Amino acid sequence: MSQLIFFILSAMTIASALVVVFSKHPMYSVLSLVVCFFTIAGHYILLNAQFLAITHIIVYAGAIMVLFLFVVMLLNLNRESEPHKPGKMKFAATISAGMLFLILIAAMKSTTMETFSFPPPSTNGMIQHVGQRLFTDYLLPFEISSILFLSAMIGAVVLAKKEKH
Amino acid sequence: MDWSILLDKTILIVIIFVISLAIAAYSTYGERKVAAFLQDRIGPDRAGPFGLLQPLADGLKFFLKEEIIPTASDKFLFIIGPCIFMMTALMTSAIIPWGMPLHFGSHVFSLQVADLNVGILYLLAVVSIGGYGIMIGGWSSNNKFALLGALRASSQMISYELSMGMAIIALLLLSQSLSIREIVDMQQGFHWNVFYQPVGFLIFLICAFAECNRAPFDLPESESELVGGYHTEYSSMKLGLFLFAEYINMFISSAIISCLFFGGYHFPGIDSLGLSPNWAAIVSIIVLFAKIFFFIFFFMWVRWTVPRFRYDQLMRLGWKILIPLSILNVLATGAWLTFFK
Repeated sequence: MSQLIFFILSAMTIASALVVVFSKHPMYSVLSLVVCFFTIAGHYILLNAQFLAITHIIVYAGAIMVLFLFVVMLLNLNRESEPHKPGKMKFAATISAGMLFLILIAAMKSTTMETFSFPPPSTNGMIQHVGQRLFTDYLLPFEISSILFLSAMIGAVVLAKKEKH
Repeated sequence: MDWSILLDKTILIVIIFVISLAIAAYSTYGERKVAAFLQDRIGPDRAGPFGLLQPLADGLKFFLKEEIIPTASDKFLFIIGPCIFMMTALMTSAIIPWGMPLHFGSHVFSLQVADLNVGILYLLAVVSIGGYGIMIGGWSSNNKFALLGALRASSQMISYELSMGMAIIALLLLSQSLSIREIVDMQQGFHWNVFYQPVGFLIFLICAFAECNRAPFDLPESESELVGGYHTEYSSMKLGLFLFAEYINMFISSAIISCLFFGGYHFPGIDSLGLSPNWAAIVSIIVLFAKIFFFIFFFMWVRWTVPRFRYDQLMRLGWKILIPLSILNVLATGAWLTFFK
């Protein structure tokens, strides 16, 4: 059962990720990225990490992508108004993408296909577990990263503040 | 897979779905009657006795109206917008415990679709994706007023989600659990959270109004400046879905306010009545719905009493008053729990 769900979710993840890249319209790219985030959250639930799945949806689908959508709506990007890229840029993009492809093939050449097995269900992803680990073993990194976020927030406020003349 | 669980949940989901739609339909009737009462009028009284068939007539009218899709709109997104809005409105009902479990012989029928151990976070997640329907609908209409309404809706939702989350964090400090059923059961007797978290309740209530786009926060559709806001271009049943989803949102938020702050299906003295488990369950359902109906009435009462905010007032209230207040509330709750308990 969970293997079937896994394959369906994976197919959806890959398909929506491809739509993000190939879609001509930025609005559809943003929306399929939201779908992609939902399917990834589904993978987290399959791994019994419910807390991670829900926070993933809240943070990415609920906050960040809404801001993306906001920007796309305000800029009102259309196919007509999209700047056409010069030929030189296309050439450079093709070369660099081809080189990346080469590296990927070189990296994957030596890998072996292993049989797919589902990890045994664990309670590591449950919120009690996550909370306990965060506030005992990983307290220092947790606090430091929260200070980082706070300084980023204050920085944004300072930047947005009008200068007094 | 246990098939009896699947059957139980399917039955429960269908019942909740039907009840949500019925309550949303009759909320429109209730809204007009309450408005009439507050404005010293009579209200709808033509269709059926006391106008009770009015929601059916309105629904029929929505289905029979001409369906107009603007030519310059994005058709796919134009149609999917109201559907997403309706879906997110209905999704939250999955985590609400509607009553004590019913007993059929040895079979226990739980009146909650999913008792998630991250129930509250699920609630916040669904609330945070609730804006997509409005944004997609407003943008795809290809209309200035609709776009302005959609932008207002999304920025309003983002702003008020923050203080809503903070109000819930203070509540979680008290309850030590994220499961809604555990939060409800903790309030058994008369230990309602509203007595321990009055400030948190007030913040949550204001944010619930803002998240539902209800007056005095109905700026996304303020008819005096934006025609109809995000649903200006919508007609027929797609408009109906938007309006209906708003009432479902109101119903579900009333249920959540009752569960989180007013003891859910508990009421003082339920144990002293000495009822058998099934009768107690039925009484508990009635108690929860009485609380829900009170809050739906409260939503209407406020709508017809308080005038609409200006947009800068809305933002100032959200960012400069509610967020600092809710952070202070979290700190105060934490300090109280550390030093006095």
